[in-house]
Order: sequence, then C-alpha cells, then structure tokens
Amino acid sequence: MTDRITQRSKQSLWSRLKRVALTDVGALVRGFKAADIEAMERLLLEADFGIAATTDLVEMLEDGVRRGRLKNEDDIQAAVRTRLTELLSSPDDPGAIRKAAAGPTVILIAGVNGVGKTTSIAKLARRLTRQGEKVLLAAADTYRAGAVAQLETWADRLGLPIVSGAAGGDPAAVAFDALAAAETRGSTVVIIDTAGRLHTQEGLMDELKKVARVIGRKAPGAPHETLLVLDGTVGQNAVQQGKLFAEAVSPTGLIVTKLDGTARGGSVVALRRELALPIRFLGTGEQADDLEVFDAARFAADLLGEG
Amino acid sequence: MFDELSSKLSGALQRLTGRGVLSEDAVREGLREIRRILLEADVSFDLTRQFLERVQEKAVGQQIIKSVRPGQQLVKIVYDELVAMLGETQSPIAHASVPPTVILLVGLQGSGKTTTAGKLAKRLKLEQKAPFLVAADVYRPAAAEQLETLGKQVDVGVHREDGQQDVVALVKRGIEAAGRARARTVLVDTAGRLQIDEEMMRELTRLKAAVAPHEILLVADGMTGQDAVRIAQGFHDALGITGVILTKMDGDARGGAALSIYGVTKAPIKYVGVGERLEALEPFHPERMAGRILQQGDVLTLVEKAQATVDEKEAERLAKKATSKKGLDLQDFLGAMKQMQKLGPLKNVLGMLPGVNSQMLKNANVDDQKLKHVEAIVLSMTKAERADPDLMNGSRRMRVAKGAGRTVQEVNQLLSQFKQMQKVMKGAGKPGAKLPFGPRFPGR
Ligand SMILES: Nc1nc2c(ncn2[C@@H]2O[C@H](COP(=O)(O)OP(=O)(O)OP(=O)(O)O)[C@@H](O)[C@H]2O)c(=O)[nH]1
Ligand SMILES: [Mg+2]
Repeated sequence: MTDRITQRSKQSLWSRLKRVALTDVGALVRGFKAADIEAMERLLLEADFGIAATTDLVEMLEDGVRRGRLKNEDDIQAAVRTRLTELLSSPDDPGAIRKAAAGPTVILIAGVNGVGKTTSIAKLARRLTRQGEKVLLAAADTYRAGAVAQLETWADRLGLPIVSGAAGGDPAAVAFDALAAAETRGSTVVIIDTAGRLHTQEGLMDELKKVARVIGRKAPGAPHETLLVLDGTVGQNAVQQGKLFAEAVSPTGLIVTKLDGTARGGSVVALRRELALPIRFLGTGEQADDLEVFDAARFAADLLGEG
Repeated sequence: MFDELSSKLSGALQRLTGRGVLSEDAVREGLREIRRILLEADVSFDLTRQFLERVQEKAVGQQIIKSVRPGQQLVKIVYDELVAMLGETQSPIAHASVPPTVILLVGLQGSGKTTTAGKLAKRLKLEQKAPFLVAADVYRPAAAEQLETLGKQVDVGVHREDGQQDVVALVKRGIEAAGRARARTVLVDTAGRLQIDEEMMRELTRLKAAVAPHEILLVADGMTGQDAVRIAQGFHDALGITGVILTKMDGDARGGAALSIYGVTKAPIKYVGVGERLEALEPFHPERMAGRILQQGDVLTLVEKAQATVDEKEAERLAKKATSKKGLDLQDFLGAMKQMQKLGPLKNVLGMLPGVNSQMLKNANVDDQKLKHVEAIVLSMTKAERADPDLMNGSRRMRVAKGAGRTVQEVNQLLSQFKQMQKVMKGAGKPGAKLPFGPRFPGR
C-alpha cells in the first residue's frame, strides 16, 4: 500500500510557502506584508500545527527577515526546517527500546480508540524480533469485540507466542499472566495491547493505571516503555490526549500513525510545545513492516512537504 | 461535546455583551476571537474564513435591535451561521420504498465503522427496520469476528466469508443472505481506507456500482484535524456520500471536523457516536449543537420567538410586577403560561434557556398535558383567589379541584410551586430581563 501512496502528488508545503512569501522580492527587504503572513499562517494551520505553534514560526520568520538574517528563500526554508527539527528532536535515540536490567522488557501500549495500537504492536514485534529479541504478545484488550482475535491473528502471522484475556476479563490480570509466561518461556520482550480509551474517561484511565501498577509490582521497573499511540490525522485534540495520558501513565514516547495519508501529523508540533514526550516511531501503513524510527529532520522536511 | 468550543466562544462574546453598542470594533474583536476558537477547534481554515466573512457582513451595519443587547445580537448572528454551517435540518436514514435498503459504511482506518455498524443495527432493530450486517472488511485481522460479536449482542444476522478477497461478490451474496433472512435493511461494514489509496477507493466505486446502495455514510472521527476536508472531499468525489456519522464525540474534542465535513460535502450529519456501548449513538441536531457551541442555549431563538408572540407591554408589566413587593399573582401566572404556550411545546421552550440542558429536562419531566391541568386549576379559581392565593383554604381547594377535575394534591402542589416561583421571580427578575416568567416553569 505504501508504494501506491508515495506516488501521490502532495503539493509541497514548502513550494507554496515560498510562493506566497517570496512572490514579492521586496518583502525580504521590507519584511512581510500582512497578506503574506496570513497566507503563511494558512499553510501551517492547514498542516495542524495549531495557532500557538504557527504564531511562533511566523514570528520567527518575520523577525529574521526584519533583522536581515534571512536573506533569501533558502534561508527561510532552512530556518523553518531547523526550528521544527529543534522542536521535535530529543536527546535519546528514538528507536532504542529501554531494556530491563534483568528479566523481560515490558512495553505497554496505550491510546485512544482506533488510533492503531494493535497494528503498531505487530510492527514493533516484527522489528524487535528481527533484532533478535524473543517477543511475547499480551492481548489485554478484553473489551472491544474481536480485539483479542485481531492480535492473535498477528501473533500467528509473526509466529509469536501470545497470552490472551477472556472477553470482559481484567486487563491487569492478563498483563500479569503474560509476565509470568514470559519468565517461564524465557521471552526477552513482552508487548501489552490495551483497549482504546478516550483520555476523558476517568474510570478507564484508572483501569490503565492499574495495569501499569500491577506490571510494576510483578516486575520492578516495568513497564520499561509506555508508548502512547497518536493518530496522525488527529487535530488539536492531540494536546489533550497527550496531557491526560501523560498524567495517568507517564508515557516514554509517542508512536504517530497513519502518516501514509495526506495528514502530516502537524498536531505533534502543538503537542511538543506542551509536553516533552519524544516521538519514537511513525506508522506508515497497515502491514507489519510499515514502521519507521522517528527522524526529526526528516519529519520536519515532510511537514513542509519537502520530502 | 463541543463543550470546550462553547465555553471559549461564550467567553469571547461575554466581553462584547453589555457594551451598549454593536460597533465595528467590537464586531472585529469578537470575530478575531471567534477565528481563534474555530481554528483551535479544528474547523478548516477556509471554512473559518468564509464563516467570519459572512458574520462580519451580517453584523456590521445591521440595525441594532433595541430590545436585544448588542453582544447577544452578534451571538445570534454567529449562532445562525453555525447552524447553517452544520446543516440545517436533522436527517434520518433514507429507507428504500422497496426493501432491502442497502447502507454502506465507509471511512478511514480506525474511524469507528464497525462499532457504528453495530450501533446502527441496534437502532434500526428498535425501529423495526429488520437490519442485517455484512462484514466486508476482508483486510483487517478479525474485523469479521468483531462484527459477528456485535451482531450477536444485538441479535442481528451477520454475513461473513473467511478468506474471500472479492468484496463485491461477498457483499452481493450478503444482500442475498439478508433477503433470505427477511431483513429489510442491510448494513455493509467496509474496510477502512485512505481516500488517496486509489486501488482501495476503486473497490468502493465498484461496490457502489454493483449494489446501488441507498445510503453511503461516511464514518469520521470527531477528533480529526484539518485533514477532515481532504478526507471528506476524497470520499465524496469518489462515491457521492449521502450522510455522515461523527464518532468519538464523547471526548473533549471540539469537533470542528463536523463543520469541515459538512462544509465540503453538504451531506447531512445523521448521527454522532458518544461512547463505546451500542446505545451510544444519537441523532444529530444542528441547532442543539450550535446552541451548545455558544453555550447560550438557543437563547436568541427564544428571544426572537418571544418578541414575535408576546405583547411587549404586557411582558414589561409582568416583569415589573414580578420584582415588586407583591409579586405575581395567579392571574399573571396564567397569562405568562399562555404566552409560553404560544411559544410552542414547553420542552422546547425550556430547552432554549441557557443553563438548561437535556439532562435537566429529562428530570424535569414537564409536559404540555401537565400545563393544561395547571390551567384548568387556575381557571377554576375566583378572581379574588387568583389575586391572593393565600385565600385558598381547605374547602376552597376542594372546590377548585372538583371544578378542574383534578385532585386536591395537584392543587396543593400547584400552590406551593407558585409560591416558590414567586420567590424566585422576585430575586431573579432584574430590570431588562427578557421574559416575564421564571427560568424554570414549575413542573411536577
Ligand atoms: N493507513 C494506515 N492504517 C493504519 C496504520 N496503523 C493502523 N492502521 C489501521 O487502522 C485501523 C485501526 O488499527 P488498530 O491497530 O486496530 O487500532 P487500535 O488502536 O488497536 O484500535 P482499538 O483497539 O479498536 O482501539 C486498522 O484498520 C489498521 O490497519 C497506519 O500507520 N496507516
Ligand atoms: Mg486494538
């Protein structure tokens, strides 16, 4: 699917940016006109940057031009890209999973309904298996119809062991059983799928906290990674999702999915202004191979449509 | 839903309210705030601009209505435009004159199609439309299992074929199976797909050509950002969608996608998903939604209606009297009540008042029947009794009850409610109050 889609003609954000900002060469000397600024804002807003992040960027450009630091379109392009890269990057290697000091490494996956949690688990499992890990899956979404069967199908395809919960069962108990199974089997990584939940549903957020707590009691230091999955088409609600999941389970990073569509995932820029959550992986399709390790510079270029 | 958008917008307009005049500056300031609010709510950039232009055009230079505060006048304009932007009428599923009615559910991955199929099946079953489900998502692992489980939960037949890749043939057989099961509505749950995935979109156009569905409903995530426009456009261009269902609206998403999707497709939003349970599907009401956005209730519609029907002078007299020492008497009470009746069913009137939400109305249990009983009781009193309800001793109460054909308990209840209302009115009725009656009509 990815191949079909990369052939699409996504109008380059940068080319549009350039056109509106630089059609009037004089703008570089006099600074931007109000209409140019609105047009620029538009480009950023339509990529889901949100008002605050957009204003930041536009002000930075205005300032740079006024002070003569940005002299031509290349300067401006570089400035936007650099700024975005700065905003999005984090010191640690996004692709490196934090390992347990002893015993299996536990990865907890959480997020709103339908964002791509289960599929992302299949992707992560394949990646880690290729790195030589012995992965065990835990189907702790005991709520949604067919959720366990979905992860079981993936386990089957990937040839991985799985511990499944019964419909309506306690997800914390499934997680607990999975850790026990991992110990006896000698698995090195356990990835736990959880039911989708809206960040506003307190009861369900408490349930998630309980899963994390039970894991922590069974294996000190676990979960070693808690990854929050965010749908790349989501708008400014990404900020709320990020905040509330952060309060509940302190995620160690984000997986942003569905970036194979037209959405650019610009709302992560808005989210980054609020939270230090590092972006770790990107989902770019429905197959187990459609996972990329996050690269801030490339993501910034994609956001601007340069990629 | 829309709660956050609501509170922000009413915050912005609050500042405009009570400034005395609807000046161009005030309008511009208000619009700037509204622009910010709409964009933060994920309303598409283009729609936001169009919206502001329309509002500005209508607001500036419009004659100020004396009896309405300027801020409210702007709220009213904003509100009307919002309603228009959301689609003006509430629109049910169109059923075929000759069954079965075939409904395709389409949308992006993870937008909530399968759950929505289950919810719709439940609703259609209650409406005795004999629904049947067809699992046409042959790609996502366990999608058919999910639909089958939901089918069992609502006790509706499900057609699934494992290992089948030819979706068109599968759905055709599904419709046949539905016919054999004597179903009258067929809900086809299709696989999620990106609108730019040409091959997958061709599958849908082939499906449409083969089964001629009566409805093609776009199921869209209510949290979608600016991409909502492109998604809606893509599906609409390929298929000509006939309606929209917005999901996950029980969260705190501001729901601007609703405005964007309707703006692009002009296909009515038929339902909103407000939870994971199968009952959590509600008909979409644009007015209610817009009123909620403004968090003003439909207060201005009420003002408008009231102005059209209530005799202004009478209203003023009542308002004055309500705040006077003596307060309203039962005669005035009856007058006010009659005016309210002119305004339409009581529930509608109450629903328009700010701060009254549907939950409260559920508990309030006001019905027009009840109002008729109240009227009968008041009319059975003498003029003197209406003017001074304290006259109402036991035997008088008995007489009135008999005359009205109601029980004495009901008379007692009315009198005590009236006393309560009198108290409330004295406190609440500040000068300039729009309506001569209290914020809540005594129910039961
Ligand atoms: N195009 C595309 N689709 C994706 C991607 N990730 C997941 N999906 C699809 O999105 C849909 C939902 O994915 P799931 O993995 O079931 O999502 P989930 O978060 O586990 O969903 P719930 O458990 O129901 O909350 C499926 O159809 C996936 O194939 C992605 O990166 N790109
Ligand atoms: Mg899942």
